[in-house]
Amino acid sequence: MDRLMNFLVSPVLKWALLVLAVAFPLISSNEYHIYVMATAFIWAIAVYGMNIITGYCGQLNLAHGGFFAIGAYVVAILTVDHEWAFWPAFIAAGLAGAIFGFLVGVVSLRLKEHYFAIFTLCVGFIIYLLLEKWEALTHGSLGIINIAPPEGFGFVDFTETVPFYYLVLAFLVLSVWLVSRLSRSLLGRTFLAIRISDDLAQSLGINLMRNKVLAFVLSTVYAASAGALYAGVVRFIGPAEADVVHTFDMITYLLVGGIGTLMGPLLGTLAITWLTQMLQSLEEYRMIIFGPMLVILVIFFPRGIVGGFLTWRGRRLANKASQQDRGGESQASVQTPSTPSADKQEAGNNA
Amino acid sequence: MDLFLQQVLNGLTLGSIYGLVALGLTLVYGILHVPNFAHGALYMVGAYVAYFTMVDLGLNYWLAMIAAGAVVAILSVLCERLVFHPLRHAPPIHDKIAAIGILLFLEAVVQMYWGADFRRMPTPYTEILHFGGLTIPAQRLLIIAGAFGLMGALHLYLKKTMTGATIIAMAQNREGAFLVGIDANRVAMMTFAIAGMLAAVGATLFAPINLVYPAMGHLLIMKAFVIIILGGMGSIPGAIVGGLIIGFAEALGGFYISNEYKDVIAFALLVVILSVKPTGLFTKGVR
Repeated sequence: MDRLMNFLVSPVLKWALLVLAVAFPLISSNEYHIYVMATAFIWAIAVYGMNIITGYCGQLNLAHGGFFAIGAYVVAILTVDHEWAFWPAFIAAGLAGAIFGFLVGVVSLRLKEHYFAIFTLCVGFIIYLLLEKWEALTHGSLGIINIAPPEGFGFVDFTETVPFYYLVLAFLVLSVWLVSRLSRSLLGRTFLAIRISDDLAQSLGINLMRNKVLAFVLSTVYAASAGALYAGVVRFIGPAEADVVHTFDMITYLLVGGIGTLMGPLLGTLAITWLTQMLQSLEEYRMIIFGPMLVILVIFFPRGIVGGFLTWRGRRLANKASQQDRGGESQASVQTPSTPSADKQEAGNNA
Repeated sequence: MDLFLQQVLNGLTLGSIYGLVALGLTLVYGILHVPNFAHGALYMVGAYVAYFTMVDLGLNYWLAMIAAGAVVAILSVLCERLVFHPLRHAPPIHDKIAAIGILLFLEAVVQMYWGADFRRMPTPYTEILHFGGLTIPAQRLLIIAGAFGLMGALHLYLKKTMTGATIIAMAQNREGAFLVGIDANRVAMMTFAIAGMLAAVGATLFAPINLVYPAMGHLLIMKAFVIIILGGMGSIPGAIVGGLIIGFAEALGGFYISNEYKDVIAFALLVVILSVKPTGLFTKGVR
């Protein structure tokens, strides 16, 4: 049992997952499954972005789907109307995500909690309305077709499913790696401090505004890049990409996997995507299941799969440590008072 | 001049409906400090209940309005009991997500039973009245009279009755209300019932000049949020004034600036106001 638990938190598991992901197209010969997996990875990248601002920094951003759409539209408009190649357009999409994210963030992050959530909900809606109404730029409600796919090199052709799968996988690994670096760095800890309490963080000398805007911009760059990749694979987009339903979907992924955890976004996205695939006849009505599921999750299981597991493991280790302490006390009556707490602390750190 | 007055009338119609929906939202916020994202879905369910009691059961307009009010009030109380009550001590991000869950669920259920078609609600008041150069459809007059009548009734209820006073007391000071023996559960349920009823009646009034479809609440709920931010979250007069401001801005802006972008006006107004004054227009101090 302990071995299994240690395996689940060790880096070995992440390597095993990576190997599985690399081997997936070889195991599964069904091209459709590979395609579904690739789009799930794209969504997972966007959910990682949401995890930075909502999970680590604690600000519920309801415009995330809008930024996803901005990334997709930048690629679409540049490649179709201005005949750019995909990769320069991809970089432009990331930049657009950063610029719009900065502008929105500077205004919206002056607001707290509910005000911020409502404000971003409105921003998401403005993005949607602009994409739909500004026909000269966005082709209006017809959407944009024939978006350029990512250019390959040598024998690699990204219009085929399997090479595209590996391309997306590479971006996903890069995203997860960056988030894992971030969550362990001082910056990640700073975000956590802000989530726990604005006032406390400020009294520690943290510049709230600067750090929140940074988290917001990081998250929008993730969203816009994911949107750009999405445009590259689907090659047709419309204003519906900015629909707030996509933001709600991403919240579901995040909450199921575990908000504020490293592997949660990936796990949640994959689990829900495949669940939806299995219930495909229900696609239209999936919210009948997902709606109550969101409610039940926040009431009874707010940490999601990964967070729930980590809490359970932490409690188990702490119990064990305190049991050992008690055993030690009965054997040797003389004990320095500092040892038990030190033991516990160590257990806590491992968790 | 007549054209201008016509737009003023449109603004008044829109503003009174917005005010009605925002009132429910602001009452709930005042008591529980929950931004109820599901309020728009309750509005939508109200419209559907009224539509089907009229079309399927053949009852008249007023009975349909009462039925819609009753059903949505019960639904709203159920939401409070089953979802928001268990979450009262949770971090604020949780009840927002739970409210989104309710919203998604209600929309999906309505869509499953009644489909995503756009429907037009029948109304017995189809006459068109003329005052000088003004053309006034009777339904619009009904909306304005109905909405302001309800606001007046709500005002009397909150000021003159004991249960109304408990709601105000709890919105003003939670701990103080507990100290004098006010039952928090009862007040919360009352508030949700009133909010749900206001939304359903608003929907029944507004639906005949609009359309009935599962996503009809989206735009409205966002505008209602804009309104209660403008008016100060939890403030009742703020919701009414804010509703009228947005109603007029939309009617006049839609006519004189651009009809295409009239839905953006409310949100643009919000962005501008919050950029200048992050706590809203009418709030005193920082919450």
